Amino acid sequence: MTRKITSPVVTAETKVFWDAAREGRFLIPICTACGKTHWYPRAICPFCASDKVEWREASGKGTIYTFSPMRRVKEPYVIAHVTLAEGPTMLTNIVDCDPDKLRIGQPVAVVFQETENGQPAPMFKPA
Amino acid sequence: MTINGKAYIAGAYEHPTRLAPDKTVAQLHAEVALGALKDAGLTREDVDGYFCSGDAPGPGPASMAEYMNLKLRHVDSTEVGGASYTLLAAHAAEAIVLGKCDVALVTLAGRPRSEGMATGTAPRPRDPNQPEAGWEMPYAITMANGYAMCAMRHMHEFGTTSEQLAWVKVAASHHAQHNPHAMLPEVVTIDDVVNSPMIADPLHRLDCCVISDGGGALVIVRPEIAKKLKRPLVKIIGAGEAVKHLTGGTFDLTTSGATRAGPIAFAESGITPADIKYASIYDSFTITVIIQLEDLGFCAKGAGGKFVADGNLISGVGKLPFNTDGGGLCNNHPANRGSMTKVIEAVRQLRGEAHPAVQVKNCDLALAQGTGFQLATRHGSATLIMERE
Repeated sequence: MTRKITSPVVTAETKVFWDAAREGRFLIPICTACGKTHWYPRAICPFCASDKVEWREASGKGTIYTFSPMRRVKEPYVIAHVTLAEGPTMLTNIVDCDPDKLRIGQPVAVVFQETENGQPAPMFKPA
Repeated sequence: MTINGKAYIAGAYEHPTRLAPDKTVAQLHAEVALGALKDAGLTREDVDGYFCSGDAPGPGPASMAEYMNLKLRHVDSTEVGGASYTLLAAHAAEAIVLGKCDVALVTLAGRPRSEGMATGTAPRPRDPNQPEAGWEMPYAITMANGYAMCAMRHMHEFGTTSEQLAWVKVAASHHAQHNPHAMLPEVVTIDDVVNSPMIADPLHRLDCCVISDGGGALVIVRPEIAKKLKRPLVKIIGAGEAVKHLTGGTFDLTTSGATRAGPIAFAESGITPADIKYASIYDSFTITVIIQLEDLGFCAKGAGGKFVADGNLISGVGKLPFNTDGGGLCNNHPANRGSMTKVIEAVRQLRGEAHPAVQVKNCDLALAQGTGFQLATRHGSATLIMERE
């Protein structure tokens, strides 16, 4: 992929995630008070409002909930929501794929893609 | 406490421009303000409440209040994107009910076309303090792709087709042919829509609204004031608002915030969707209309594609005439916020002042529905129900 990928904003809430991403590890937040995982990651659980949120290594497996290729650019890319095996659904890109052959429900696996400043960001490719 | 029958839309004005390289955004706001006041038979000195949203230049209402030299005792600059003006019309009514103002001025204006903004096909800039920014910026989600993802899921779950989406545009174009100001006044066919270039699968170019300069304004007043003016009486009888978001990663993209805003508005007004004679439905994309029609209860969830087919939204042909000015799909989409013109066309219909070719007979109850920001992530939704007295 040669499309310029905007680098993520790394914050006090999310530095652990992005540091792990540099090591190729995909973390998701889990609340130890209510046991639920959520997305996007935040320090306060969106379900029970507890601050007992911890990071866990995720399987990196998911399925496509929905997707849409952007056609009006030189290098078309695919925007998608992927439902992770651990539960929550996240906004992402599908890469290393033929956009015309993607389908909802298709299994995908995480792959880290370098962004403009070198920080890797999680994307998915057909599994 | 209710707003039902306690505030009247006395003035409504839509700017005729669709391209304004020679005007400023502030000037357009002032022009539509004066147009709506003239329509009502009021003056700038009568205004004591001012309502605007993020399209007004400067911080909140302050810069525009100064530019127009308004003397105010109540202001509101709530921002819910394209839905801001169905919402602010209701907020104006609420302020009137509470005695916070007597004459509320609501203005919208912008110049995205002159400024060359790629409204739908380029990612919008983000405030890095937005908590979701880091989780979305790398993926370059655009307006078109977000709404397209909702369409893709709707097709997957309910069998909705590109041809059914196209019917929304075809109906809008049938109305736009009678609007001398419409950007796209040509009648189009299903084939024209599905054969237009793909923008973001499954949305084609003609599934997307236009980008235009311009604006519009409303003057909303206490009943006693409305009854002294010479305009037909149009009162607000119900309103609802909601913000829908991704709920921690557990969501259904085939519905919008209208599932909550709509029932609140219908409950307040004491009527049902079957009573509505005319509906202005936000049409940023064709799918936006189908999802909102379902959520508002005009048809069952998933049945929106069949509901809009075969001209059912065309005035004089179908059961639910919609967007008789041509809507955002054909007429205009000033400042990328379509809810102001949605209210204005509903007021025209209730006054009997729509174009004769699209005027709905005995139009006594109308609805205006807005959806703002991104349907595939987080958006505002606002429903406004109005009645001719």
